[in-house]
Amino acid sequence: MGAVKAEVSTRVLRVAGPLVEVEYTEGAAMHDLVFLGEAGLPGEVVAISGGIVTVQVYEYTGGLAPGNPARPGGGPLSARLGPGLLGGIFDGLLRPLSGAGDWLVPGAARGVGQDRSWSFAPRVREGARVSEGEELGEVVGAGPVRVRVLVPPGAGGVVERIAGEGGYPQDAVVAVVDGTEVRIGTTWPVRRPRPVRERGGEPAVLSTGQRVIDLLFPVAHGGTVAVPGGFGTGKTVLLQQIAKWCDADVIVYVGCGERGNEMADVIAELPELDDPRTGGRLADRTVTVANTSNMPMMAREASIHTGATVAEYFRDMGLDVVVIADSTSRWAEALREFASRTGELPAEEGYPAGLASAIAAFYERAGAVTTLGGERGSVTVIGAVSPPGGDMTEPVTAHTERFVRCLWSLDRDLAYARHYPALSWSGSFSRDVAALGARQAAVGDPAWPARRARVAALLAEADRLADLVDLIGITALPDQERVSVLAGRLVREGVLQQSALSARDAYCAADKTAALVDAVLTVVDRCRELVDSGVPAAVVEDVDFEPVLRAREEVGPHDSEGVAVRRDAMLARLREVR
Amino acid sequence: MSDDCRSASSIWGDVEYTAIRELRGPLAVVEGVTGVGWDEFVRITLESGEQRHGLVLEVDRGLAVVQVLEDTTGMDPRGIRVAFTGGPLRIPVGPGWLGRVCNGRGDPIDGGPPVFGHTSVAVGGSPINPLRREPPSEPVLTGVGAVDALTTLVRGQKLPVFSTAGLPHLELAAQIAAQSTAGGESFSVVFAGMGLTHPDASFVRDALEERSAAGELVLLLNTADDPVIERILTPRLALTIAEELAFTSGRHVLVVMSDMTSYAEALREVSAARGEIPARRAYPGYLYSDLASLYERCGRLRGRPGSVTVLPVLTMPAGDITHPVPDLTGYITEGQIVLSRETHALGVYPPVDALSSLSRLMRKGAGPGRTRADHLDIAAQLLAALARARQVRELADLVGEAALSPTDRRHLVFEEAFLRRFVDQRRDQSRPLDQTLETAWQVLLTLPRSQLSMLPAALLDAHGAREDPGAEEEDSGENSERSMEYGERSMEYDERGAVE
Repeated sequence: MGAVKAEVSTRVLRVAGPLVEVEYTEGAAMHDLVFLGEAGLPGEVVAISGGIVTVQVYEYTGGLAPGNPARPGGGPLSARLGPGLLGGIFDGLLRPLSGAGDWLVPGAARGVGQDRSWSFAPRVREGARVSEGEELGEVVGAGPVRVRVLVPPGAGGVVERIAGEGGYPQDAVVAVVDGTEVRIGTTWPVRRPRPVRERGGEPAVLSTGQRVIDLLFPVAHGGTVAVPGGFGTGKTVLLQQIAKWCDADVIVYVGCGERGNEMADVIAELPELDDPRTGGRLADRTVTVANTSNMPMMAREASIHTGATVAEYFRDMGLDVVVIADSTSRWAEALREFASRTGELPAEEGYPAGLASAIAAFYERAGAVTTLGGERGSVTVIGAVSPPGGDMTEPVTAHTERFVRCLWSLDRDLAYARHYPALSWSGSFSRDVAALGARQAAVGDPAWPARRARVAALLAEADRLADLVDLIGITALPDQERVSVLAGRLVREGVLQQSALSARDAYCAADKTAALVDAVLTVVDRCRELVDSGVPAAVVEDVDFEPVLRAREEVGPHDSEGVAVRRDAMLARLREVR
Repeated sequence: MSDDCRSASSIWGDVEYTAIRELRGPLAVVEGVTGVGWDEFVRITLESGEQRHGLVLEVDRGLAVVQVLEDTTGMDPRGIRVAFTGGPLRIPVGPGWLGRVCNGRGDPIDGGPPVFGHTSVAVGGSPINPLRREPPSEPVLTGVGAVDALTTLVRGQKLPVFSTAGLPHLELAAQIAAQSTAGGESFSVVFAGMGLTHPDASFVRDALEERSAAGELVLLLNTADDPVIERILTPRLALTIAEELAFTSGRHVLVVMSDMTSYAEALREVSAARGEIPARRAYPGYLYSDLASLYERCGRLRGRPGSVTVLPVLTMPAGDITHPVPDLTGYITEGQIVLSRETHALGVYPPVDALSSLSRLMRKGAGPGRTRADHLDIAAQLLAALARARQVRELADLVGEAALSPTDRRHLVFEEAFLRRFVDQRRDQSRPLDQTLETAWQVLLTLPRSQLSMLPAALLDAHGAREDPGAEEEDSGENSERSMEYGERSMEYDERGAVE
């Protein structure tokens, strides 16, 4: 957490809970860390005025008194980044929770696990010329993720010294590049995005293995998603499914203001989860930041920035990273509390006027980039939003919607009807549909845009008719519209529903999704032909559609052949209808 | 977490301050202090010799803002002496609390001596390390059928009761406090009453007398005429006592806190007196974190016996569930039990609105190996049928019952049976879970078998589910008599259950 300049010291003037005023001293800059009292409680400078520095403290300040020493930290809140992050569980300031006891006592030094040694393998020779972001060496045997030691941003030149193969602790200097010491681990200020060479480039689909997402509301690597959903809409399960199945290299899970028992569940289950991509444990490529609602408010505020910084660290190694923040509403709650404590005038519902820009800034840390070292990497941000009372017009939800590329809105009625994932097709959007559709078409699935368009249109039509049916009954509809209602049901039950608990269907590959959609659409077309040829809609509705409805459960995640077999069985069944 | 035992006389500093700059609302501002830390516990001696207590809310150079727990009424700035403890408020903890009745500050009101304990701990508590938490997985059985079956309380959970003025939430809280058990393991209750009226307070004392006599109860009562600010302390004392009973002595502890709205109002009063910028409805902006610092003290710890389960009770002003107190509470807690005015009007006790109520941890704490194998299916089926019944009821109000389909009519019969036979129970009746679930089966069997799709076929067979459950009754027109008779039979059964 930044180098400590012990020689400069000042004293505390005023303490009001987490808000502390100290005398100004040289070396205290805005957003710098300050350590307070004998215990060295960390805090952050939030205002400097008239010789007084206002500090927001990350810990409980009981016992802190005027006259106690205060020590500028000499830099902003920084995260210690290194290979030890993977598989670890940390608080909002990225201090490992494994080193703490049953209760989190303020100011207590927490074991950081720095004594562990990492096996380093150099990838350049002394005398070579390197520029910023390029690889100097690799940490071997750290797990499924290839962790690399890079030339830090701003450095570059001749490699003056490089360590040989061997074990080194995280803080050991393993290279010197033009006078700059490079260690296995590094530190970075959490509120400052790590630099990149260039943002943007060809979009690539982040495959989540969840049909409704991959089919209707796809997200790009480097995209941003908000997931609003009230209590009991299956948000946690959906986010876990994405963490488990998406094709990212590293997952950063930020539990921000979560309930302690829920966090305990996540922590208890994570080591149990197998990693379908590597065959190892999912935990080995996951970094968990846990800041429950009763942990200090300022650390909760910092936690999502901490998470983004960890993600960028791995991105710079040329990896695809997904950050899952659950929930950004709790983070906004911290902003609100913080604003109220500093006496800021409240804007909407007591949130500070800067809420919208704070949300925007967080989501802006996502992106697909060319790293300083010239490789492709990405950070995808998925933020859960918990609208109080399901009110989608409240400030956090309303502002978040404006800044994200995708909105996966979870619907209570669907959850109630046990339609999981309860992702509402009418309330969600993806602004990358066109770009990703073109991309899918270019990489071998030319039918993708048309397939998605048909499913979306079909669902919209079925929804419109469903309202009508509630009023006048199904029998009052013309036969073609009755087929549309039926088609809506087939798409919902045969394609969109997906059980997280199913052994075969928890994950669904793109080819199986395509096959399922094609099967349902073919069956729907056949039903239309039947009705056109004079078969009453009631007869068609009475057909048992079980082969296409059960196909998703019965065949494996890549088995598009199996889907085709069931489609043909269904078509055969329909041929007998007259 | 604990500290060496210190006798009451030695904790006070030698220095007493006498310069009081300001007295306003519940606040006293002391001048010329040195070395006083935030959140220190304070003793104030009036000229008459009366002692009051307070907490440091803010220290600004030589000024200390003290929140006076007993209020500032009758305080004259002259002649006041203020002493600081040099640390936060600590209380003795241990089994000595069991069986005692104290006020909201922890002073005995049962005529007994002060409570002693082998150690003393700070009442503020520390956050539990999320990594050290054990996910809750076993039920607390309350003997209240609607709660046990539909919103099972799980050891280590925090599950609030949302109510409105005039509903029997205190009766329900007291009943749960009196009856709850943890499957034969050692169980205790800490009941923290905040802002209770005297009749309510004596009701609680009476209702819990048996448990108190058995040495399983700690009762902290802050009445409506007690100092308001004292209420800020009451839940913290309760939780501190509970944590020790749970994690050191290995008991399963249920902490009932009623009424949290009164608590939040005390918080608001202090905030207003300090001139803080008000947030929603003038509650302080830190209400969320403050409530979280209470509710999140529930849980279980890895490798330690015992659990702390929290049941806060709160009245929603004007029945508004979006009011900041229920809204923020719902953010933090794991579900809610909602009481309904409509159900209360029907004379049903407890008037639980089953469709709005939810226990988010129920899946972990109920079902095979926890309660009974068919528990979760029964609960899901009851709720699904109830949701349908409610739709039918709305439809019936529009078109009349006669226009309903037979299946729809059965749902109305079901709803009636659900309320009268399943939910309704006496206030002193502890219904064993088996009986609760069997009653649930009887209620479900008023529906045609085809409507019970969430229950496994084998169980439907075993219980004799039929497609035409109400056929004879409707034919013979003895419907009401028969169900009356049935009701009496099950009442007898209930009483036997209560005696056991």
